[in-house]
Amino acid sequence: MSGSEPSSSGNGRLAVRCKGVTKTFGSGSAAVQALRGVDLEVRTGELLMLVGPSGCGKTTLISVIAGVLRRSAGECTVFDHDYLTMAEQETTRYRGKEIGFVFQAFNLIPTLTAAENVSAPLVINGMKRRDAVEQARDMLRKVGFDDRMMEGSPMDLSGGQQQRVAIARALVHNPSLIVCDEPTSALDSETGHKVMELMRDLGLGKDRALVVVTHDSRIFEFADRIARMEDGRITGIETPHEQPVLT
Amino acid sequence: MYYYALKMLIGDRAKYIGIIIGLTFASLLITQQSAIFAGIMTRTFSFLTDVGQPDIWVVDPQVQYIDDIKPLQVTEVLRVRGVAGVQWAVPLYKGSLRARMDNGTFQTCVVIGLDDETLIGGPPKMVEGTLADLRRSDGVIVDVVGARGKLARLLPDGTRTPLKVGDTLELNDHRAFVVGLCTVTATFQANPVIYTTYSRATTFAPQERKLLSFVAAKAKAGEDPGTVCERIHRVTGLMAYTPAEFKKLTFIYYLKYTGMPINFLTAVALGFIVGITISGQTFYNFTLDNLRYFGTLKAMGTTNRTLLTMILFQAVIVGSIGYGLGVGLASAWGWLLVGRTQIAFQLPWQLLVITAGAVMFICLSAAALSIRKVMKLEPAVVFRS
Repeated sequence: MSGSEPSSSGNGRLAVRCKGVTKTFGSGSAAVQALRGVDLEVRTGELLMLVGPSGCGKTTLISVIAGVLRRSAGECTVFDHDYLTMAEQETTRYRGKEIGFVFQAFNLIPTLTAAENVSAPLVINGMKRRDAVEQARDMLRKVGFDDRMMEGSPMDLSGGQQQRVAIARALVHNPSLIVCDEPTSALDSETGHKVMELMRDLGLGKDRALVVVTHDSRIFEFADRIARMEDGRITGIETPHEQPVLT
Repeated sequence: MYYYALKMLIGDRAKYIGIIIGLTFASLLITQQSAIFAGIMTRTFSFLTDVGQPDIWVVDPQVQYIDDIKPLQVTEVLRVRGVAGVQWAVPLYKGSLRARMDNGTFQTCVVIGLDDETLIGGPPKMVEGTLADLRRSDGVIVDVVGARGKLARLLPDGTRTPLKVGDTLELNDHRAFVVGLCTVTATFQANPVIYTTYSRATTFAPQERKLLSFVAAKAKAGEDPGTVCERIHRVTGLMAYTPAEFKKLTFIYYLKYTGMPINFLTAVALGFIVGITISGQTFYNFTLDNLRYFGTLKAMGTTNRTLLTMILFQAVIVGSIGYGLGVGLASAWGWLLVGRTQIAFQLPWQLLVITAGAVMFICLSAAALSIRKVMKLEPAVVFRS
């Protein structure tokens, strides 16, 4: 299946719609075209994985979808919101409310406790710290944390535990879209599976979509659809039960 | 978000302590050196500080500062008394005379001659004896620091004993009899201060045609001393200053014609530079180390404005702590040494404000660099591992 037309599956609401999205870094002879006309649709209730070799534009694409990077051309809406028509501050606020992030390196602030890290999105959205930490504790309990672990520094936790904290942080403010960048690449196979199970169990809902960038073929089974990227384009979209996308 | 900013700051112990130490050192150096400078400058007009009653000082128009004595004719006292608005005017002598010590050496002393009738201009506090004792034959009052130090008598066994009431001195080949001890504000040259009457001081002094150093006067009640000063100048042709103006004249002279300001300014600048380099650099490095987390917060919806206030808050916190510790240490240093040594140390509130401004400038400059970095930070940086 080629990327000439936006591709989507499922019956959920349209969460992400990209059509002819391009992104060029630099200008003139030094210009690098990271995205060369991406067409993609993601619906709520769906977990879409973006796969492909290094430098193919996966991270650039989720950055554009998450609103942390401005596209050069094309159309891209997230729940009918086009970042290019929004002021920078408005985009920032929208991100704070509607987007959850899970990073490859977790990006947990080491000087805050696990509970405080998870509470950050709520505080950013204006909740009082005390209430936010309480709500963060509830979320951490859902990802299997006990009270002692919540009050420790993330640096004292294992990689899998840190990623669970990161997932709790991505979910705590109930965003509509969660973007994950290589969420299992720093984890062993078993822990990676547990993290993905958690992500599907807690993260997916009928009003929420997940976009996961990964190299890790061990977790393809958790995807509803897999979009293969190459050289800044979507070259194919398949389901995990079809023939393997990557070898 | 201030709570998170604080935890981010304090959590990085090494950098936090490094920033605080840098700012403390800067604050200490700026405060301490400025306070010593202020103390020394205050000593240049200590005589004016000690003589509280007159609110007008009349001197030769060529006088540039308090110790720049250009003698007047004694009749100038009468001319000043004749100016409208002057309640009283008295002669004052101030000069440097040599006191001969028991061992044959000489010690330069500041001799102050007070009006024989009123004794106006006497020491601020008597330790032993009374001011009226100056009316006794050859009577002088010696400042207690000088009596215990430079004027102390050398005993045959080699030990020194303080000059005391009842002892005699030889001032410029004249006998002087110690009738009292007093305290005075330390002088710039740190020479002993000796009080006597005007007529006696002029007999101690080498004979000159004119010996009157100042006319000390008081404006009548309801008269503005400044206006009376102008009037005295108009009528007599002499310069008349209020104590504040005379202090300022002296202060400016020392600022202009001595190397002291540049020396102290160098030390203060050093403190400032140390603060900027150590604390500024460490604070900037702290921000660089946390750039990833600032980026994460930015991606998660923290506005630039919030990040800016977080960094400013961190800067103000370290600035306040460093300032407090530095000023506290400088004050403790001053408190420990003033009174026990001859160290000059004055810590007026203006100096505290200036130090606070300097420390905050250091912090905000460091923060400005950090803020620029964070403001320009693309939130997409969070996806770079």
